[in-house]
Amino acid sequence: MRDELIRRALVSVPQLLLMSFITFMFIDLAPGDILAKYRFDPRISSETVKMIESKYHFDKPIVVQYGHWLWRALHFDLGYSFSREAPVVSVIAERLFNTFLLSILTIIFTWAVAVPLGIYAAVKQYSWGDRILSFFSYFGMSLPGFFLALILMYLIYAGRSIPMLSAIPIGGMISPNYEDLSFWGKIVDRVAHLILPVIVLTIGALAGLQRISRGNMLEELRKQYITTARAKGLPEHKVIYGHALRNAINPLITLFGFEFSSLLSGAALLEIIVNWPGLGSLMLAAVRSQDTFLVMGSMLMGGMMLIAGNLIADILLVIADPRVRSR
Amino acid sequence: MKFFKENREVQKFLGHPLAVPGLVVLGILYFIMIFAEFIAPYGFDNGSRENSYQPPSRIHFFHDGKFSLQPFVYPWSFSFNEFYERTYIEDKSRPCKLSLFVKGDEVKLWGIIPIKRHLFGIEDRSSRFYLLGADSVGRDLFSRLVYGSRISLTIGFIGVSVTAFLGFFIGGISGYYGGKADWVLMRFTECFMLVPSFFLMLALRSAFPMRLSSIQVYILIVAILSLIGWAGFARVIRGMALSISKRDFVTAARALGASGFRIITFHILPQTLSYAIVSMTLSIPAYILGESALSLIGLGIQEPSASWGNMLSAAMNVSDIQYHPWILIPGIFIFLAVMAFNFVGDGLRDALDPNKS
Repeated sequence: MRDELIRRALVSVPQLLLMSFITFMFIDLAPGDILAKYRFDPRISSETVKMIESKYHFDKPIVVQYGHWLWRALHFDLGYSFSREAPVVSVIAERLFNTFLLSILTIIFTWAVAVPLGIYAAVKQYSWGDRILSFFSYFGMSLPGFFLALILMYLIYAGRSIPMLSAIPIGGMISPNYEDLSFWGKIVDRVAHLILPVIVLTIGALAGLQRISRGNMLEELRKQYITTARAKGLPEHKVIYGHALRNAINPLITLFGFEFSSLLSGAALLEIIVNWPGLGSLMLAAVRSQDTFLVMGSMLMGGMMLIAGNLIADILLVIADPRVRSR
Repeated sequence: MKFFKENREVQKFLGHPLAVPGLVVLGILYFIMIFAEFIAPYGFDNGSRENSYQPPSRIHFFHDGKFSLQPFVYPWSFSFNEFYERTYIEDKSRPCKLSLFVKGDEVKLWGIIPIKRHLFGIEDRSSRFYLLGADSVGRDLFSRLVYGSRISLTIGFIGVSVTAFLGFFIGGISGYYGGKADWVLMRFTECFMLVPSFFLMLALRSAFPMRLSSIQVYILIVAILSLIGWAGFARVIRGMALSISKRDFVTAARALGASGFRIITFHILPQTLSYAIVSMTLSIPAYILGESALSLIGLGIQEPSASWGNMLSAAMNVSDIQYHPWILIPGIFIFLAVMAFNFVGDGLRDALDPNKS
């Protein structure tokens, strides 16, 4: 099984490279010249422009350019961001952690809330609690994250006279006076800024996961081994948590990889709306300023995070499911 | 009629508690979209700066304590407060009667038939009737929503058609021929699933100039969203084609000398149709949301054209929502359309998918 995992992770690397090649070609189609900014700047001599041009091989055919880009990328050098005037790796590294933080917290909250609610709804099928949950998950599934974010921002802003709400910031990652805060003040400030984006992302992912975990649990509860367990007089909590739950969770872990993809996408859009300095907002800025290397780097990072997420899902599945282990 | 009464699938679909309301909502939205020029009282770019952010007109039935069956509105007049912000108050002296089929701007229905009368409005041309308020340059939000549906509601269908074509084509070939072709095609397909879709969307968008005409952006968005969306669909079609290609009727067709193309298109793909219809319906929201997201962040449909996404971008500034909450309304329409498609898709799945029932 370990070999299988390694093989799968390794297959995705050339795929990601192929994807980067396609994107590179696409971006090359774009009109405009990344160095235009330098060319028209009287402070920069044409020799300097020539030097930059030859360093990044802008004067060579696109395939050669890509080859050089790839070679450097494999050495963890993703080129230079001409709009931010810093190496792409350092620009991204700063943002990567922020996106990562947002995604991890969302995953933790989503699972901690959705799976228990799904189990509850399945165990008490057709009860009022189940109906209310179904109702909300139906609406939650269709509610666009960006719209929810705007509504919540509006509500928090409109209710800023209420002390509880006024403590929640509606944008950014730190307050303007962050540097003046004490150590604990800084932590509180960071946590407060996380509230809005994490709530929006959690609600977005919650509905789907709740419905699926309810469905899985219902399916397990209908199986014969559950009837057997009940017939032999096992207490109900053991039947549900010891037998049914363990089997109902496994398909959810497989789903985790897929969910992670949509979570990263949702997070990227949300970052732009709530002004969170993550990978998504970075990439938008890069697209707007036509900063090729930064666009490529951000996309590659998004892909790497997804591959890592899928790998983690695979490993978790191996841990959770003995049948997969023995394959 | 008999067909509808006796068809098991139709009965099952109609029995789904949410599918029918979903279908009704979609029917209304698409009706409005088709007759946009007639239903919208004003053009999508017909603004008047004097009416910037004018609140929704209130519909009254009583003037000076007297009841009138025909509803009317009072025009809003504004004055500046101490912060030089506009404050609108109703001018109670001039009631403007609201009526159906009023004469307004001359527009061409579907770009061909010239019409003068609009579904509703006020006859007094000197003031304006804003059903859902006005935007920053005094354009009627309702009219823009109606015209915007032309973009937001068609992009799903067109995008899904392109996706279906790609998915059937690649999935069908991959599943039927198997072997090396299958391996290569599927590894290629997976590439598109490897990058989170929003990142891929931005990367592809960056390959084109930021300023494009609305029609170019529309085509571009369809192309980008289909390129992102086809992979998952193709993989499922491939799986189904693979299992169908082992069935006896395919072997029989092959024995009769049918070509691969014929077998795929006439024997295998029709078998996947019920899955495809459900999957397509449920993926339309992704296109609506994709267009909205791109337009919301300014990379999609550009002003003065209207789409629900670019209208909502006015709400990106929180303090603007505070004073003019009606600019959030386009979001409600996006939500409604997405929810209706989800409901109908759910109903179709219950009716068509034998595995689920």
